[in-house]
Amino acid sequence: MEWLIAGVKCLLVILLVLQLSALMLWVERKGAALIQNRIGANRANLLGIFPVNLGFTNTLIADPVKMFTKEDYVPDGADKFIHSLAPFLALFPAIITFAAIPFGDTIELAGRSIELRAVGIDVGILYISATVAMGVYGVVLAGWASNNRWALLGSIRGTAQMISYELAMGLAVVSCVLLYGTLDLQDMVRQQGQMLFGWLPAWGVVYQQLAFILIFTAGMAESKRVPFDIPEAESELVAGYFTEYSGGKQASFMLADFAEVVMVAGLVTTLFFGGWQIPYLSSQGLALPGMAVITVSPLLVSLLQVAAFLVKVLFFCWLQVLVRWTVPRFRYDQLMNLGWKAMMPIALLNVFVTALAILLFGEVA
Amino acid sequence: MSPYLFYPLACLTIAGALGVVLNNNPVRSALSLVATLFLLAVYYIALQAHLVAALQIIVYAGAVMVLFLFVITLLNLSPDPADRTSPLFGAAALGSALLLAVVLGRALWATTLPGAANTPLPEGFGTTVVLARQLFSEYLVAFELTSILLLVAVVGAVVLAKRDPSPADMDAPAPGREA
Amino acid sequence: MSADKPLTPNRDGADPLSEIMEIQMGPSHPASHGTVKFNLRLDGETIVNCDTEIGFLHRGFEKMCEQGTWTQAIPYTDRLNYASPLINNFIFCEAVERMCSVTVPERCSYLLVILSELARIADHLTCLGMGASEMGAVSAGFYMVEARELIYNLTARVTGARVTVSYGRVGGLRHDVPGGFADDVRACIAKVEQVLGDCEKLLERNRIFIGRMAGVAVMSKEEAMAYGLTGPLLRATGVAFDVRKAEPYMLYDRFDFEVPVGSKGDNFDRFSVRFEEMRQSIRIIEQALADLPGGPVSVDDPAVVLPDKSEVYGSIEGLMNHFKLVIEGIRVPEGEIYFSGEGANGELGFYLASDGSGRPYRVRVRPPSFYAMGALSRMIEGHTVADVIAVFGMVNMIGGECDR
Repeated sequence: MEWLIAGVKCLLVILLVLQLSALMLWVERKGAALIQNRIGANRANLLGIFPVNLGFTNTLIADPVKMFTKEDYVPDGADKFIHSLAPFLALFPAIITFAAIPFGDTIELAGRSIELRAVGIDVGILYISATVAMGVYGVVLAGWASNNRWALLGSIRGTAQMISYELAMGLAVVSCVLLYGTLDLQDMVRQQGQMLFGWLPAWGVVYQQLAFILIFTAGMAESKRVPFDIPEAESELVAGYFTEYSGGKQASFMLADFAEVVMVAGLVTTLFFGGWQIPYLSSQGLALPGMAVITVSPLLVSLLQVAAFLVKVLFFCWLQVLVRWTVPRFRYDQLMNLGWKAMMPIALLNVFVTALAILLFGEVA
Repeated sequence: MSPYLFYPLACLTIAGALGVVLNNNPVRSALSLVATLFLLAVYYIALQAHLVAALQIIVYAGAVMVLFLFVITLLNLSPDPADRTSPLFGAAALGSALLLAVVLGRALWATTLPGAANTPLPEGFGTTVVLARQLFSEYLVAFELTSILLLVAVVGAVVLAKRDPSPADMDAPAPGREA
Repeated sequence: MSADKPLTPNRDGADPLSEIMEIQMGPSHPASHGTVKFNLRLDGETIVNCDTEIGFLHRGFEKMCEQGTWTQAIPYTDRLNYASPLINNFIFCEAVERMCSVTVPERCSYLLVILSELARIADHLTCLGMGASEMGAVSAGFYMVEARELIYNLTARVTGARVTVSYGRVGGLRHDVPGGFADDVRACIAKVEQVLGDCEKLLERNRIFIGRMAGVAVMSKEEAMAYGLTGPLLRATGVAFDVRKAEPYMLYDRFDFEVPVGSKGDNFDRFSVRFEEMRQSIRIIEQALADLPGGPVSVDDPAVVLPDKSEVYGSIEGLMNHFKLVIEGIRVPEGEIYFSGEGANGELGFYLASDGSGRPYRVRVRPPSFYAMGALSRMIEGHTVADVIAVFGMVNMIGGECDR
């Protein structure tokens, strides 16, 4: 029975990430259209039947169908096995990262208490760092296996960028770990349920604004999105390290891209914005400041919390889309300078200041 | 650890390890090593050593092996021709491997490992808190010395990476300008 | 994979860490709008040497002009700088008119100025919009293209086509502008002003954009002049040379406008100069619209201008006049002239030689992008591949103009 529950949770998380990634494709296109004052893709429909005729059938059905039915080829002289392996290596870590992120509190169902997260690992944040580190392989191998000089250039840049920003992200995460005193993500979210001054929810962003900015930026750099998408765009490398990929393999790379967007959103939500916490609402009920407690059924509270988590994740996905279509991109050397000479020292400084503050004012817990 | 988990994992790990030594192609060899290290991390998790598993992936599979792959892909390597080794070499290799297996097997068989069979694990075994406490009290000197060593390695890497561009290449004519 | 094939593709050198990599940013490349090929030699990321190859869009413009009459050369001029075709038309026509000693009526001159400046704005919007979107600021590119749409719609209303307009004629215009022209133009400029304001906030003060553009491909005044650069590229280095001010034509001396000049000669200055030029063009258009006189739009000279259709079908003289002008062409007196005007990219010059017949003896274009491409390899040396995109975007090489 334990295995069944664990299996269902894992399946749920995988499906969630995949569906959110597919949805992100539509959000990206329509969001871009919105920002650029145009309509965007709205042509595909299914027999003209509403609601299947809604605009997003284009990207949720037509695009994947197109991508998977395209001709799949391996360029001449490329290593066939590795060429086919690279998209999988890019996609796999992007999906499993979400396993450690809690999407709800522990609920009581049929007499059993079930934790609402896929993997109950107590080094949750290190697990996320680990899977992010694994994501580098897809990039290295994709460019090399393409037998294409431009792709190799792109993959070298991409790899260097990813490992540089992993460092900045890791250091920023250390200050969060110092703040909460634990590596467990569920614990961190629980601690954000407290109230400061009786009315301000003690979300991470209240204590660690700098770490939030650092992790958000480093996360965007990890997923190689504008303004950090020099490995794959710049219209000089066509599509950078995945130039020579078409059809289902390219779909895997794109899906991995969006899965990382979702992952960054999930991470930021969990660390800084209370995860599944709704302010003033807990399993005891709605406790607005200065008012009596209104009891709410715990099951309803859990459902609301899961919904709140999804809303927050979608908000940060949207924020990344907004940033992408607004700012130009960094040049490669400017990007590396930013990662090593700006973000890493700032992250270190943040760690010191956090440690000093904890020494002087005591821990949050 | 459930035998349904152990035996498949063991087969995969051995396959990965064999892939490292038997592959002609150095990139595939490196990838097999990555797979083996990843599977070792799975073992660590099953043995309740979560922190070590995470560190194994972050450091070994996620950084060291990326470096290996980088070097291999940037160098101009051709795969080993299959007939390079002589049969004498092969026989000597096989013989020493068998010898090593026999010696290790006897040593493992004869020892009773602590924590084997069903002795319960101590409280908080493998958690970060316990590990950190040990690291910063009993093994503090070793920890600090290791960090200095890492710093030396980083500085050395940066110094080695700084190289002057050779002037001869700069003056060569642009391509496409022959005749 | 065969047993002895090297694994790392495309590399057959000794030490991969110090070898010079040769790479071609070939004609079919997303950033080389205008089909040009760069043979780059890279040391790591830095460009050591660049060999520019142009000519992929050569269509024999100058030779073709000799095959037809003077008026039949006008559609070819559309296809020179196809981002601002009206300017090409009008400068060519002005050159022929000077050879024929013909002066166009005032209304025509005002309209020429208004339409030239609109075309200049369209060209700059294209250049800056596409440049910004290649830098990654795609939204800014789309805003500029949106404003350009209005200009294209206006052009289509006036001339019948968005790009291949063929609107100028020797001695005037093909036809007068339709009703509501002034209102349409005012709507256009209002939108352009709004877009300029938006893009200024998005780009001119954006730290990332400035980081990409400032200090890149710096050219000094002397170098720019030595290479023969004109237009925004020259003005960015600090030389205040604008043909409209230096040798006014088409009544430009009646209008009050400034010539924006840069100081450092880097990419950001080129961007800013074009940006400001759009504002100055708007000034000129507003002044011209305010003073737009009535009257005929073509000069009343039967040797140069086609007669009215009612005359052609109504009288024998009109028919014969029409016939002679169409079949034999305008009899431009023997002689030669070099006339240049300020195109969007710089000094666009036409050297025309006539042998007295109705067909040109020689038409030679002085294309401003050609000289810019000559200077491009010097500009990008020492910078990275990513900078090539930025520089090429600001150089605004229009293939039709450069290769003719």
